[in-house]
Amino acid sequence: MLTALRHLLRDPVAALGLLIVVFALFVAIFAPWIAPRPEDAFESNIMLRLRPPSAEFPFGTDDLGRDIFSRVILGTRSALIVAVSVVLAAILIGVPIGLAAGWRDGWLSEVLMRVTDVFLAVPQLILALALGQLLAPGLTTAMVALALTYWPFFARTVFAETRRLRGALFVDALAGIGAHPMRILLLHVLPNAAPAVLVRATIGMGFTILTAALLGFLGVGAAPPTPDWGLAVAEARQHLPDAWWYATFPGLAIMLLVLGFNLLGDGLRDAADPRLRRSRK
Amino acid sequence: MALYILRRIALSIPALLGLILLTFVLSRVVPGDPAATLAGDAATPAQIAQIRAQYGLDRPILEQAVIHVRQVLSGDLGNSIFSGRPVAEEIWQRLPATLELTFVALFLATLFGIGLGLVAALDHNGPLDHLVRVVSVGGLAIASFWLAIMLQLQFSMEWNLLPLRGRLDVALGQVPRLTGFMLFDTLAAGRPDMFLDALRHLALPAFTLALPGLATIARFTRSGVLEVLQKDYVLYARAAGYGRFRLAAIYVLRNAVTVTVTQVGLLFGALVSGAVAVEAVFDWPGLGTYAVQAILSADYKALLAVTLVIGVVYAVVNVAVDVAQAVIDPRVADQ
Repeated sequence: MLTALRHLLRDPVAALGLLIVVFALFVAIFAPWIAPRPEDAFESNIMLRLRPPSAEFPFGTDDLGRDIFSRVILGTRSALIVAVSVVLAAILIGVPIGLAAGWRDGWLSEVLMRVTDVFLAVPQLILALALGQLLAPGLTTAMVALALTYWPFFARTVFAETRRLRGALFVDALAGIGAHPMRILLLHVLPNAAPAVLVRATIGMGFTILTAALLGFLGVGAAPPTPDWGLAVAEARQHLPDAWWYATFPGLAIMLLVLGFNLLGDGLRDAADPRLRRSRK
Repeated sequence: MALYILRRIALSIPALLGLILLTFVLSRVVPGDPAATLAGDAATPAQIAQIRAQYGLDRPILEQAVIHVRQVLSGDLGNSIFSGRPVAEEIWQRLPATLELTFVALFLATLFGIGLGLVAALDHNGPLDHLVRVVSVGGLAIASFWLAIMLQLQFSMEWNLLPLRGRLDVALGQVPRLTGFMLFDTLAAGRPDMFLDALRHLALPAFTLALPGLATIARFTRSGVLEVLQKDYVLYARAAGYGRFRLAAIYVLRNAVTVTVTQVGLLFGALVSGAVAVEAVFDWPGLGTYAVQAILSADYKALLAVTLVIGVVYAVVNVAVDVAQAVIDPRVADQ
C-alpha cells in the first residue's frame, strides 16, 4: 500500500490530481471562513446585480447581486457532500451484492447479477431522472437516485474480483483450516478487492459530481437559493451573452474538481495494476 | 457466426423483460394514486373509480404487471398525462432527431478518437502523447451542459458563426418527413442548401456530445495500440522494413481496435444520457427535450416510456457491438 502511494506521488499527473482533491477538501471544510461574503449564500443585494469581475468581486456578481466567488466556494462543500454520500451509499449496496454473487454459483448469484444487468441496461442519467421525478424532485431525491443507479458498477467490479479470488490458493488454504466463509469473504477477499473498489470510487466521485450538477441544471437537484454549481449555470443562461462570468466560473469549478478526481483515479489505477506500472516507466 | 449472433440476441431478452418490469415498479412508486392524478383535481370519487377500472388499476398487482408487459410488447406505452396523446407516437416523432445527433457525435468521436489515440501511441511519451492525454482527461471532466453554453456564447452570440438552437432555419421552409433524419430528408427533397443548414445546426451540439466519447476512445485506442506494438509480429514487420505509418495502418490498428469497439458500445449509453443535457441547451427537438419537458410537467408516463425506449435502443446497440466485435476478431465468437 505504501509503495503504491509512493508510486502515485512520483507520477506528476496523479500527484496533481491528489493536490486538486486535497485543495477542494480544504476549501469545502473551511468554506464559510474562506469565502469573502459567506452571507451571500442566502442574502441578495439587488443594487449590486450582474457586476463584471473586479477586485471586489473576483468572479463578478449574479442576478441577485451575490458574490459568485463566495458562492462557488460555498458550492464546493455541497458538491463534495453529495458525491461522497452517493459513492458511499453505492458501495454499501454494490459491494455486498458483488461479494454474494461472486462467491458461489447458483440461483442467488444469477438473480443478483441479472438485476445488476437490468440497472446497467438503462443509461444512468435517464434512470436517475425518472427516479428523481417520481420521488418528488429535490437534492435528497437526486442523491438517492444517483446512489440507486451507481451501485451496479461496484457490484460488477466486486463480482469480478471475488470470482477471480475464490479460486486462489490462499482461499483454499483458509477453507482447509476451517475458516468460516464469512470470515474468508470479509477479512481476505474484500481487502484484496479494495484497490479495484477504490479506483472505481474515485472515478465515481468525478462522475457523480458531473451528474449531480446536470440534475441541478435540469431543475431536479438542488433548489434555490442553495449555492449549487449546476443550478448557477442554469440561472445564468437567461443573462447571456451580457453576463458571461455568471455561467463561466461555476462551470470551471465543476471542471477543476472533476479533473482532480479523474487524474487521481487514473493514477490509482496505474498504481494498483503492476502490469500497467511496468509498461508506463 | 450466425449461431453466435442468435445466442447474443437471446441473451438480451431477459434484460429487456427486466427493464419493462423495472419501469412498471417505478410507475408504482409514483406518490399518490395514479388514477386520481389521471382524473385531475376536479374528479368525483366515481370518476376516479371509473378510471381505475379503465386502466386496470383495481386488479391484483401481479396481474397488472403482466398486463403492463403485454401492453409494452404490443407497442402501447400509454397516453401522455400532459398532452393526452399516445406516448409511443410522440416518441416516434422525436427519436430520429436524437438518433441523428447521437450517430453524428459517435462518428466524430470514433473518427477523431481513434486518430488521436493512434497518434499518441506512435509518439509514446512525446509532446503529442502528452497533448492527447490532456485532451482525453479534460474532455471527460467538462460538464456537457456548460460546454454547450460556452460554445453558444462564443460561436453563436459573440461571433455569429453558427446557429444558436434548433435543427433547421425556419426561414428555409420545411422538407417532407421521410426518415426524420434531417441530413437525409433534405437531400432526398433535393435541397442542398437546407442540407448545409442542417449540418450547421448539428455542428455545436454534435461536437459537445462527442467530446467525452472522443476522450474515452482516444484513451483506449492509445493503450490498445501500445500493447499491440509490443507484439512479436509487429517486431517482425518492422524488421521486414515496414514504415511506421504503414505498419500502424495494416498491422496494429485492426488488432488494437477490438477494445475500442466495446468502448464505442458502452459510450452509446453515455451519449444518449449526454444528449439530454445537450438537447436541453440547444433546443434540439429530440427525446432529451421530451424527457426534460416530461419532468417539468410531472408526466411520469412519458418519462418512463423514454426510459424504456432508451433502454431498448441501448440493448440493440450492445448486441450490434458484440456482433461487430466478432466480425473484426472472429476469436470472440468462439469463446
